Amino acid sequence: MTAPISVEITVNGTVRRAFVEPRTTLVDFLRDHLALTGTHVGCEHGICGACSVLLDGAPVRACCLFAAQVDGMSVTTVEGLAPARGELSKLQDAFLESHALQCGYCTPGMLIACTDLLARNPQPSEEEIRDAIGGNLCRCTGYQQIVDAVKLASGQEEAAHG
Amino acid sequence: MAEFRYIGKRRRAVEHRRFVRGQGRYAADIQLPGLLHVAIVASPHASARILSVNADAALALPGVHAIITGDEMNRELEPMLPGVDAPAVTRFPLARGVVRYAGEWVVAVVAETRAFAEDAAELVEVEYEQTQHVVDPEAALLPEAPLVHPAHGSNIIWNRKFTWGPVEEDFAAAEHTLSYRVRWARSSTVPIETFVATCAWNDATEILDVWASIQMPKFPDQLARALRLAGNAVRVHYDVDVGGSYGVKRGLKHTVLVGWLARRLGRPVRFLEDRLENMRGGDMQGPDRIFEVAMAFGRDGVVRSMKMRAVDDVGAYSGRAPLQLGKPVGAIVGPYIINSVVYDAVSVMTNKTPQEAVRGFGQSPTNYAIETGMDKVARFLGMDRVEMRRRNLIPADRFPYLIPSGTSYDSGDYATVLDKALAAAGHDELLRQRDALRAEGKLAGIGVSTCLEPSGGNSSFEPLFNPKNTTTTWMDSCLVRVDLNGAVTAVMGTSTSGQAHETLVSTVVGEVLRREPDTIRVIHADSLNALPSNSPVGSRMAIMLGGAAAGAAKRIRAKMLAIAAHQFQAPEGALEWEDGDAVMRGDPSRQIAWSRLVEIAHREFHNLPEGMEPGLQEKFVWEVPTGGMIPTADGRVQMYPCHSFECHIVLASVDAETGKVALHRYVVGHDCGVMISPDVVHGMTYGGVAHGLGAALMEKFAFSPEGQLVSGSFMDYLLPSAQEVPSITIVDHCTPSPLTEFGQKGSGEAGYLGGPAAIASAINDALAPAGASIDALPMTPAAIWRALREATPAAPAREAAE
Repeated sequence: MTAPISVEITVNGTVRRAFVEPRTTLVDFLRDHLALTGTHVGCEHGICGACSVLLDGAPVRACCLFAAQVDGMSVTTVEGLAPARGELSKLQDAFLESHALQCGYCTPGMLIACTDLLARNPQPSEEEIRDAIGGNLCRCTGYQQIVDAVKLASGQEEAAHG
Repeated sequence: MAEFRYIGKRRRAVEHRRFVRGQGRYAADIQLPGLLHVAIVASPHASARILSVNADAALALPGVHAIITGDEMNRELEPMLPGVDAPAVTRFPLARGVVRYAGEWVVAVVAETRAFAEDAAELVEVEYEQTQHVVDPEAALLPEAPLVHPAHGSNIIWNRKFTWGPVEEDFAAAEHTLSYRVRWARSSTVPIETFVATCAWNDATEILDVWASIQMPKFPDQLARALRLAGNAVRVHYDVDVGGSYGVKRGLKHTVLVGWLARRLGRPVRFLEDRLENMRGGDMQGPDRIFEVAMAFGRDGVVRSMKMRAVDDVGAYSGRAPLQLGKPVGAIVGPYIINSVVYDAVSVMTNKTPQEAVRGFGQSPTNYAIETGMDKVARFLGMDRVEMRRRNLIPADRFPYLIPSGTSYDSGDYATVLDKALAAAGHDELLRQRDALRAEGKLAGIGVSTCLEPSGGNSSFEPLFNPKNTTTTWMDSCLVRVDLNGAVTAVMGTSTSGQAHETLVSTVVGEVLRREPDTIRVIHADSLNALPSNSPVGSRMAIMLGGAAAGAAKRIRAKMLAIAAHQFQAPEGALEWEDGDAVMRGDPSRQIAWSRLVEIAHREFHNLPEGMEPGLQEKFVWEVPTGGMIPTADGRVQMYPCHSFECHIVLASVDAETGKVALHRYVVGHDCGVMISPDVVHGMTYGGVAHGLGAALMEKFAFSPEGQLVSGSFMDYLLPSAQEVPSITIVDHCTPSPLTEFGQKGSGEAGYLGGPAAIASAINDALAPAGASIDALPMTPAAIWRALREATPAAPAREAAE
């Protein structure tokens, strides 16, 4: 155990300051210190992607970063994806419409990965979608309706697979 | 078919609205003041005596509250039940005296934070003396094998040889027989959420509150029993969202430990598995089977009889694992007209992680074993595998169809589903593509499987496998309430792990009451408020919870119609239900609106028919249709009521240099009767195929000869990603079940039950020109590469394929 250190991280647009143990991971900081429990923990070794968040706009594994490493940076979690309270992002809405989830556990990480994809590539092909979510494991959906949702959100598909 | 207003229509799932916002509430999200955390010290050995435990250094760390061993805790507990009649196979959360697998929990450390607890756990010193171990299930059957539980006297925890029908006569009369062996490797459902239990004890109320990521029948009862508490002293909160389960989220030992600690320490306590703990000590690994099968058949390709021996390795302790050999009794002939069967089921213990219920409860391995035989018979006869199946499928005009093991299949039209799948796949085009790939020198193959999904999960395997167990009901329930303002609330009594039960129940209640489903609230009661449920196991909730919800809603409707009839002084039955209002038959001008009926029920006792209770609240407890039977002396029983069917068609290629498999086309023909929520059914089917792909090609809990798990992380236990799982085409077909409310059957295991068999079929078709075949899963690149080299030791595989 080491003495706590101070961090200042902008989370979903709000500056958050806290004292944390140096070994506190970013995901534990979000969940335990800020009570932002939308970001989930699946493997704690960087494979499953459930803990994905955007760090200065790029997706990262929050389980493999220390909170102290992102001091001064900006983090977006699933709670920060909607444009306003009571609204949904186009992608979130498409996930609902396409039934792109079941248990919901991987969903925050999937939304983060796909939000990043659409920001970089507004009209991704199926291959590009599968590549973008290749680092996010889902055990429920077989990924198909997630692919459908991203197509729908990017205006490439009128109706979902179902 | 009846006209439905909401059933079968597309609808956004109720649950998903919170999940896409990050507002789900999983067991790890429950925050309680003063929460303490648990870390586990696990056995590093597969078999050893515990000589001493020294926790002095660990206890000296700041923030450490308790360090508990089995010696201290277990005497205050009842052992967890082994599922079959084997009382000497005792099981407690923490080991006492001996350890029986690497990863078994030995010491629990409780501290202020999870990190502090893990720091302290590293300082606990346990001294062991290693003893002989056995990790191979066939070695465990040998007389000289070390005994995992010496008090039990054998490593066999359960064995019975069933004979259904004239097997010897059928074999003697058959033109051909063929024997083979297949191996289903130990894999599991491996949800992305590990197991989490949070418990709090209240000294004043003497209630243990439990928030756990469970999917388990009779969990509160078993928890209370193990903790020696009255049933009404345990309150399990079913409104916790569960991050996937597909069978395995049982966690009884976890919750017994955490519940006991919470009570002992007077503080809320949480245990959250890390991934290695989940994989190694979470006791959630799946069936691990060796099948030896013989089929007797004619030149016409019709299989008359089958002998199957299944040896299943349940690991070091037993819960319901041996019963996973039992469910396949209800579909032991698959979708085929096989006349007689011997089924010799052997459940054996080894020094490995215990087995838990996995999606399909043993049916997918059995389907794989049967389908492998169908392919072998076809190949032996030089017959097309599809044609061979056509000759064996139960014809549509023979339902209900009684199979030799005593189960009646409710309905089906297997040949039509097969035809639809072949048409969707473009079978001729698929053959052309395969042959084109072969012409390029590649290994390519087409796979086919035709498999059953028994659904509606009752528990007939319990009395079948344990004569002391007389369970003949596996009910589920629902309560529907209409409040004073006319809003409808339905109460269910189990947790949900992705099956969208709130969507199911609100759709069904909306259908019966003709109220917009999105206005109907569905809540998960806690176990002290709940009606009996047996949880979403055995593909049962569309049938059982759907049936119970419909039953309760129909009682509400009947009561409201009776109130209306009384208002008009008309006989019961004179009014009908239209859009949620009571309307006089033949005279629509005479009607009473929903809101008025609600008002009478809640406020106007003087307007109620004589003897009617005021208020609007009705429950319905539904027994599994066809349930209630004790097995016959020769082990015949109606297992599950409904039988969904799936046909998979796959085009695969294999890289001869690396053994890597690519799936180019994947089609599933699927018949689960009437679909209440098509998106939910399709989603589960896609997911089941992906899970089946994992079992077929990638996933294995591999153990070293020393009994060490060597695939305990996601870097060595490989889950299929979006890049391995192909685009999948589902073709629906509907033969309604005559046994259920709306004609629905189950679908929670769809895709997984036929996927591994079809993928294995495709790979063996690909390998056949090279003279190679594999009868073991997973067919990893290394396994395929070895099979190719063994088939053609002198020549590179590419040449051999030409």
